Amino acid sequence: MIQEPEVRGGSGSDVGNAIALAGAWDIRALERHARALQRALRERTHARDARWDLTKVQRLDHIGALLIWRAWGRKRPAQIELRPEHEIFFANLEGTRAPASGRRWADWFAPVRALGDWMLGAGEHVVDIVRLLGQMLIDSMVLLRRPALGPWREISASVHRIGTQALGITAAVGFLIGIVMSYLSAEQLKAFGADVFIVNILGIGIIREFGPVICAVLVAGRSGSAITAQLGVMRVTEELDALAVMGIPYTVRLILPKVVALSIAMPLLILWTSGIALMGGAIGANLQLGMSMTQFLAGLPAAVPTVNLWLGVGKGVVFGVLIALVACHFGLRIKPNTESLGAGTTNSVVTSITAVIVADAAFAVLFNDVGISLL
Amino acid sequence: MNESKPTPVVHPVIQIEGLWTQFDDLVVHRDLNLEVATGEVVSLVGGSGSGKTTLMRQMLGLEMPTRGSVKIFGISLHDSPARTLKKIRKRWGVLFQEGALYSALSVFDNIALALRELRVFDEGFIRDMVMLKLDMVGIERRHAGKMPAELSGGMVKRIALARALVLEPELVFLDEPTAGLDPDRSESFVRLIEALHSQLGFTVVMVTHDLDTLVSLSDKVAVLADQRVLAYGPLEEVVRVDHAFIRSFFLGDRGLRALSVAKQPMIGLALPGAAR
Repeated sequence: MIQEPEVRGGSGSDVGNAIALAGAWDIRALERHARALQRALRERTHARDARWDLTKVQRLDHIGALLIWRAWGRKRPAQIELRPEHEIFFANLEGTRAPASGRRWADWFAPVRALGDWMLGAGEHVVDIVRLLGQMLIDSMVLLRRPALGPWREISASVHRIGTQALGITAAVGFLIGIVMSYLSAEQLKAFGADVFIVNILGIGIIREFGPVICAVLVAGRSGSAITAQLGVMRVTEELDALAVMGIPYTVRLILPKVVALSIAMPLLILWTSGIALMGGAIGANLQLGMSMTQFLAGLPAAVPTVNLWLGVGKGVVFGVLIALVACHFGLRIKPNTESLGAGTTNSVVTSITAVIVADAAFAVLFNDVGISLL
Repeated sequence: MNESKPTPVVHPVIQIEGLWTQFDDLVVHRDLNLEVATGEVVSLVGGSGSGKTTLMRQMLGLEMPTRGSVKIFGISLHDSPARTLKKIRKRWGVLFQEGALYSALSVFDNIALALRELRVFDEGFIRDMVMLKLDMVGIERRHAGKMPAELSGGMVKRIALARALVLEPELVFLDEPTAGLDPDRSESFVRLIEALHSQLGFTVVMVTHDLDTLVSLSDKVAVLADQRVLAYGPLEEVVRVDHAFIRSFFLGDRGLRALSVAKQPMIGLALPGAAR
């Protein structure tokens, strides 16, 4: 019969007698009793020259042996009785040296160093992205001479995936944003009796800013993450290397289609999102200010010069290229482990949204006197 | 360590009875039976599509057979309460073909994971145990902090073995233990498994294509073909069974070479194929 593990003798009235261990000292039993046994062993370790009797141990494994070994202070006591078949566990333990405990010094400059690392890292990312763009353009030169080699099918598939399949979500978000803006500004305008200016506010606001930015944020989250994950998995499974050894540049086959597809799909998506958002805005204006839909639409051409539309489309191209490059860049940097895949995708989305907003700010500064009609 | 302990009721470690596996119209196993006794090293061999991997996954409780029962340590895998199954899962260790090390964890944390999950031992104890296991599989300590992606194939296998052995399992499953290793590495890995097996006395069930591994490790060979266990027994008995798969697998050129190199005395037997 296998018994529970126990420690006998060696304390209280039994001091001087042998310390006897009995029962099953294996993982199955120790799972329940480890703490109590550790305590019992610790109480007896002061008796350095005690005799240890392990002959009544019915089962032993490395876990049990290590428990006893640690209580012994990592060396064999002078007097010990042991079953021959249990010898091996202690022999294995004797072979292992105590791990050197590396002492760590407090590093007061760690935050400064971390900041520096971060800045250098960010600079490196920018350089890498520029290099990626350049490499892609150089590799694409071939296509000027032999356009038939172009990845046209991939481009069309990507436009479908990135553009067509995003029509629903961009419409829903755009519509709601239109309504929200309309409701918010209607209250203010009503207070000044400037109801008609809602057309100007919504027209300029949505076509110049909200349409492109909302659209870019949605696409970055939706397609940017997908591109990063796809390239990352291809890196992990060595598919990128397989392309390289076949002499197919991945820049042309994988990155170019994404960049081109995004620069085609983004402006179109932006026009679509802005249109739907204006519709939402018109409905909001109708409900809040009693402005009829025809009045809203008729007011638009006067309030919003056409150049704003081109500005929105232009932003779309730039944002699309930015999102594609950032997503591809992070996808190519993924290392073959799950953690890196997750971190890479997160970084890709965060960076591309940030990049889009930085670019948007640049647009706002550069074009601040373009397309805004002063009344 | 097994000889010494009084053994009251001896269940076979693994007991498979009347097992059927069917995917739509395709019958993979038809009324298959298999028993593995304590301490044995059993190899599962069979052509591709013979259902070795499926059978192994069924023994691990990862897949359900269509019919029939799989008992491990006398406990049915497919109709026992979750608590009982959890206990079984602490008593076996599995070495997956690709190692299946958790890529987000360091070597140390991979091995320590199961010990930490018990929530019984302190970090000092766990560190000692991990180092002991690393020593046992012949991995230097300086590799403990590395991530799985930085390791070579041979090291991944050794570390995965250390992870499989960390809870001192009574039963170890090895899925293609030497696949993807060069002959030298696979030789030393086989030696390692052999040494650990003789030291710790666990039962081994392995799937392998590698004849050298099979010849040098197994006590018994189970040949899966024709949807059942075609032959089950010591290698020298199995090779005598007259069947197309066995002839081509063991008594082809490669098979004969492996048999003759590894077990010199055994080749004295009149092998049916060797005579020709």
